[in-house]
Amino acid sequence: MESQNIKKKSVRKAGLLSLIPGLGQMYNGQQLKGFVFLAVTVAFLIELVTIGIPAFQGFVTLGTVPIRDHSLFLLVKGTLQIIITFVFLMVLILNVSDARQVAKQFNTLGYVNRSARSMLKNIWENGFPYLLTIPAYFVMLFVIVFPVLITLLMAFTNYDFYHIPPAKLIDWVGLQNFVNMFFLSAYRSTFVSVLGWTIIWTLLATTGQITLGILTAVITNQKFIIGKKFFRIIFLLPWAIPAFVTIMSFSNMFNDSIGAINQQVLGLLNYIPFVHVSDIPWKTDPFWTKTALIMIQTWLGFPYIFVMVTGVLQSIPDDLYEAANIDGANAIQKFTKITLPMILFATAPVFITQYTFNFNNFSIIYLFNSGGPGDVGGGAGSTDILISWIYKLTTGTSPQYALASAVTIVISIIVIGVSLLTFKKTHAFSNEEMM
Amino acid sequence: MRGILSSTKFNRFFSRFLTYLFLIVLSIIIIYPLLITVQSAFNASDLTAFTLDLHMHWTLANFQQLFTQTLYLTWFKNTMIIAVSTMIIQVIIVTLAGYTYSRYRFKGRKNGLIFFLVIQMVPTMAALTAYFVLGLIINGLDQYWFLTMVYVGGGIPMNTWLMKGYFDTIPRDLDESARIDGAGHLRILWQINLPLAMPMIAVQALWAFMGPFGDYLLSAFLLRSPENMTVAVGLQQFIADPTNQRVAMFAAGSFLISIPIVILFFLLQRNFQSGLTAGGTKG
Repeated sequence: MESQNIKKKSVRKAGLLSLIPGLGQMYNGQQLKGFVFLAVTVAFLIELVTIGIPAFQGFVTLGTVPIRDHSLFLLVKGTLQIIITFVFLMVLILNVSDARQVAKQFNTLGYVNRSARSMLKNIWENGFPYLLTIPAYFVMLFVIVFPVLITLLMAFTNYDFYHIPPAKLIDWVGLQNFVNMFFLSAYRSTFVSVLGWTIIWTLLATTGQITLGILTAVITNQKFIIGKKFFRIIFLLPWAIPAFVTIMSFSNMFNDSIGAINQQVLGLLNYIPFVHVSDIPWKTDPFWTKTALIMIQTWLGFPYIFVMVTGVLQSIPDDLYEAANIDGANAIQKFTKITLPMILFATAPVFITQYTFNFNNFSIIYLFNSGGPGDVGGGAGSTDILISWIYKLTTGTSPQYALASAVTIVISIIVIGVSLLTFKKTHAFSNEEMM
Repeated sequence: MRGILSSTKFNRFFSRFLTYLFLIVLSIIIIYPLLITVQSAFNASDLTAFTLDLHMHWTLANFQQLFTQTLYLTWFKNTMIIAVSTMIIQVIIVTLAGYTYSRYRFKGRKNGLIFFLVIQMVPTMAALTAYFVLGLIINGLDQYWFLTMVYVGGGIPMNTWLMKGYFDTIPRDLDESARIDGAGHLRILWQINLPLAMPMIAVQALWAFMGPFGDYLLSAFLLRSPENMTVAVGLQQFIADPTNQRVAMFAAGSFLISIPIVILFFLLQRNFQSGLTAGGTKG
């Protein structure tokens, strides 16, 4: 196949040589590329000796002398060094696989790109997808991965209002925060109570908005309705207006003594014969605050579902219903056997994201009644969900940063676990051609 | 025979009656709270709570007070700066990434998609302490650019999935024929796919723009000084203090901030349906 005078390159040798980065490339005849890899390695080694090793040391001890050593900075520098090291290891792997691949290419094609120009052209042609996604990964690395790592690590320290650097040092305390959260009676009761309400809240509020959204879409989609456009605009208003505006307005309207709900709406109900409603303690009774929160979230969240389900409804072919008519199906049968399955099939993944959204729906809890009324210990009010409890732990007068981080970890595990399970169950991405 | 006929007629009438009843009641439930907020913004009397007041005196005094006695205009400007920069940066990043994951088959693609999916579930805003420490170290506390980057980063994973879903619905035949005609990567992206993806890009822009307007948590936490606040945090102060409720000013400020967003929303809402159903559902 190849001309006789070209000596074959050993793929194995290329791979082994590139354990010293760059050598494999040079063996393949790609001096420039080899030099770049070698330079990166040398740069990393210099960085490791001068900055990296002290950073790792600081990361382990988190400082020994208060004021001089700032434990937080040491923690962050250590984490950065871990990321840098990780990235370098990725480069190493890339380096080895590149050397092997080029050697293979040389053996089959009989040539390799040697010039800088052809190297750049090669990057442009084959590396284009990587170039386009680099910005996304870069931002996510700093704004998601890095903070998540820091949070993860902080959950194993004693960073709280007793230990504020640089005046005091922070120490590693192992699983202490998690032990406190799950076993120490004061925190456990808070955690259990907040988690319980978070779950109830997520289920009821999300199911409420999904139900109302589907119902409204199905009803509004009937052919005979006059003024469809008008109703559609009204139904979209709760989505269009910034949520904090409506939540704060509702917070005012649900005021126990002077709010519009007690003053006007309930007053109006009393005109109905035999109905008598007295003022409801919306803001002072946990049960009624929870009720109000669920109603408000239903109000706020249904338009999103409404829009999506309307889209699905309009894509259901009419002949399905005509066939059902011929078979003598009634309206309810048509709904449960055709409409609902079609809706659920198409939108299940989005419904799941709605549940996770409400699980972390800070704004409504905090802006409606600051998580109150009352107190369930640990600084949490009776309507606080996990995320608003974290906010209070972090911003209160005696901040508990480490405990807040531990709660964050628990939240993340719950949310990711449940979402992955349900995504898998609903086969949300089975149609996705992953590869 | 006639009995059955009239009964089906009655049924149809009854179901239509129920339909309209539902639509009207729901409309009232939506309009009522909005109406009293808007009305309170123009109410001349010294309000402590919103109520529907049919005999009120209309005035613009609340707005005048808002502009002269509070930092509202500064807050508005801050929010606009943050929202517009978030929008621009996020839309560019998300469009490029979504396009790549839809159109190219490359090593690491599958892992990348799974990474986006999983990381989107991480409640990043719960990592408050980490943002605080990060901000402390890179001098980003009380700075717009830091908050903007946090917003952008938080929006990337989910929106990349939606964007990819939308690009998946654009037929690839055009790409193929362009490639045969000798078009390069950039030309195919710029001249063929971007124009076709405009509806989704518009939706993404709107959402990225609306995000900072609706957020309270991060802006309250990361922006500290009063002249750097966003509207959400600033307005909350008007009603946070139970002894000094400035309800009418709150209503006026809310009204002003909502108007541009609502207008944009309805200008672009035509695109929502295609964007949502293509991107949010199965590929």
